[in-house]
Amino acid sequence: MSWEMFVLVPGSPLLSGVIWLVVGVALLYLARSAAHQAIASASRLLHHACKLAARSVLLAEQRLKLRNTEVLLAAGREAAERIIEREFERIDASVQRDLAEYPALQRQMSEAITRLEQDYHASAEVPPEPPAWAKVVDAVAKIAPKEPVVGEILEDIHDSMVRAQRTAIEQYRNDNSKRHRILSRMMPLWRKVARVLGEMDKRVNRLLERSTAIDRHMEAYEDILNRSPRAERMLSSSSLTQFFIAGAVLAVAIGGAIINFHLIARPMQEMVGGSSYIMGYKAANIAALVIILVEVAMGLFLMESLRITRLFPIIAALDDRLRVRMIWVAFLFLLALASIEAGLAFMREKLAQDDASLVASLVGGQGEMNAIAANVWITTAAQMGMGFILPFALTFVAIPLESFVHSSRTVLGLLGQGLLRALSFLLRLIGNVFRHGGNMLIRLYDLVIFLPLWVEQRVLARRQMAPTGQIAEDAS
Amino acid sequence: MKRLILVLTATFALLLTACSDETSHSRGVYMLLDTSGTYTRELEKAQQIINFVLAKLQPGDSFAVARIKTGSFSEKDIIARVTFDGQPSRANLQKRQFREAIDKFIANVKPSAYTDITGGLLQAIEYLDEKAPGRKTVLIFSDMKEELAAGYVRDAIPLKLDGFEVIALNVSKLRSDNIDPREYMDRLAQWRQRVEAGGGSWRVLNDLERLETLFVD
Repeated sequence: MSWEMFVLVPGSPLLSGVIWLVVGVALLYLARSAAHQAIASASRLLHHACKLAARSVLLAEQRLKLRNTEVLLAAGREAAERIIEREFERIDASVQRDLAEYPALQRQMSEAITRLEQDYHASAEVPPEPPAWAKVVDAVAKIAPKEPVVGEILEDIHDSMVRAQRTAIEQYRNDNSKRHRILSRMMPLWRKVARVLGEMDKRVNRLLERSTAIDRHMEAYEDILNRSPRAERMLSSSSLTQFFIAGAVLAVAIGGAIINFHLIARPMQEMVGGSSYIMGYKAANIAALVIILVEVAMGLFLMESLRITRLFPIIAALDDRLRVRMIWVAFLFLLALASIEAGLAFMREKLAQDDASLVASLVGGQGEMNAIAANVWITTAAQMGMGFILPFALTFVAIPLESFVHSSRTVLGLLGQGLLRALSFLLRLIGNVFRHGGNMLIRLYDLVIFLPLWVEQRVLARRQMAPTGQIAEDAS
Repeated sequence: MKRLILVLTATFALLLTACSDETSHSRGVYMLLDTSGTYTRELEKAQQIINFVLAKLQPGDSFAVARIKTGSFSEKDIIARVTFDGQPSRANLQKRQFREAIDKFIANVKPSAYTDITGGLLQAIEYLDEKAPGRKTVLIFSDMKEELAAGYVRDAIPLKLDGFEVIALNVSKLRSDNIDPREYMDRLAQWRQRVEAGGGSWRVLNDLERLETLFVD
């Protein structure tokens, strides 16, 4: 199909173009009403479709929001329950440990108090008895003051009294010293009582602190149960923080795993061969990776069995005896793998030495090799140490992993929510573009056929003017 | 229960089969040493190259060194050949033995009267095709001037070098090349044409300081 078939007047494409333009404008003018309706319908249809889609996406976003809230609150509830449970366990342990000793402490206290009482009574001061015969002396002295016999008697009495007084003073001194001894014996008892009381005070205070912490946690727990916006906000913020912190720690752990991988990948070639490939990757590399992943898995099981993490509810729900067995099995596996890694690290160094020695013999640098070999034990020991320690270090990946998994549910939910909201906005925007675009198309259509429209307006105006003129003529 | 174990075993075997990689990732290197005339004096350089190649090859790779003499399309001309074991320590042992064999050859080599490069190349193609490594490389340590003894037919034989990389090493200039350098250029151009016509790629490496470019992936 060539453009020549559109040339109506041969040799004059311009004239042909003008004719086509006139025909086209005429056709467009005739089809104006139908075209307007078609454009308006199409734009309305697209606008409504977009609006409907936007609403549907918005509803999905609201559902997701609800679901996120549910997940967030459930996670928060679980965490709060865990903390409260742990606090109760601590209180239980504290009560069992501290208050179980309470009867013994009480007995100690009672004994100490009884002894104190006894000592107190024993230390009471007994006033010296006044000599009864002093009155007799007075009486005798009154009877015959000038009798020499009486004087002698009185003298004897005086001597006896002096002696008695001396004895009494001595007795008094003895009693006092006994009392002092008793009082000094009371001192350690007082101290013991004070210490026991102090200890009890400390333990009671500890319990009170725990109970205050439980109150605080319970308050947060109630907030979560009541689905308060405050709890939701706090949980969301905490979840985001957890996500980033756990992500950072996981990145560090991945770094450790990569170092571990390089430590064992080379010697693995000795075990599985350096020329076999699985899915395009060296079998030795895959084997090294599998060992590291098994170590991580064992670490997860160990942490799970120790109830430090709760990624697998089945393990947490295991019977205690079985769980302890599992702890030992996981630990022994880890120990075996760590020992294997240490061995592989040693082999790696030996292989490196062999390679270096071969290269040296090929290029003739044996002297340098000997110099290097002198200090090689340091790197060998360091590599073996790393090979042994890294598997145990990787065990702790379970903790950030759990936080990451739990928090990523919330973070992904928030991300999905944001995406849906953006999609809804975009759909509404497109809907509006269709609606206003339809109006614009109608205006553009009229712009193309402006000439016949102008003529039409003029004709209509004349028609309207004509009856008015006729009436005026009739009136005159 | 037995049936379950059977099904599980079969599934596991299937998975393993599906996972195993049939593509060869190894490298095959065939080196031709020109022992004609005065070129034997250059063999110390060839020894360096062989040592370099030995140091670079990995477990699972194949390496063969053959001499180019009057008639080189013969397995008897292969001085040493090896496919390295998967275990790196055993591969290192094989490399040491290989080097010893080469040292022994170079110490006792006698110059040959003619230079059958095409025969050597045909032998290299046959060897490497048999080994079927992932990458095939033919190293030619020669001045690339072919001289055939009477009765030896080489011209009409096409070189099937599809997937091969042919590298000419230490292509020294002859006295006649010095008089007319066009001879040297024509010689190299002719070999390039032959190799590329056979589907292979052609490269010349005269600077032995740049040996690391031999196995650029």
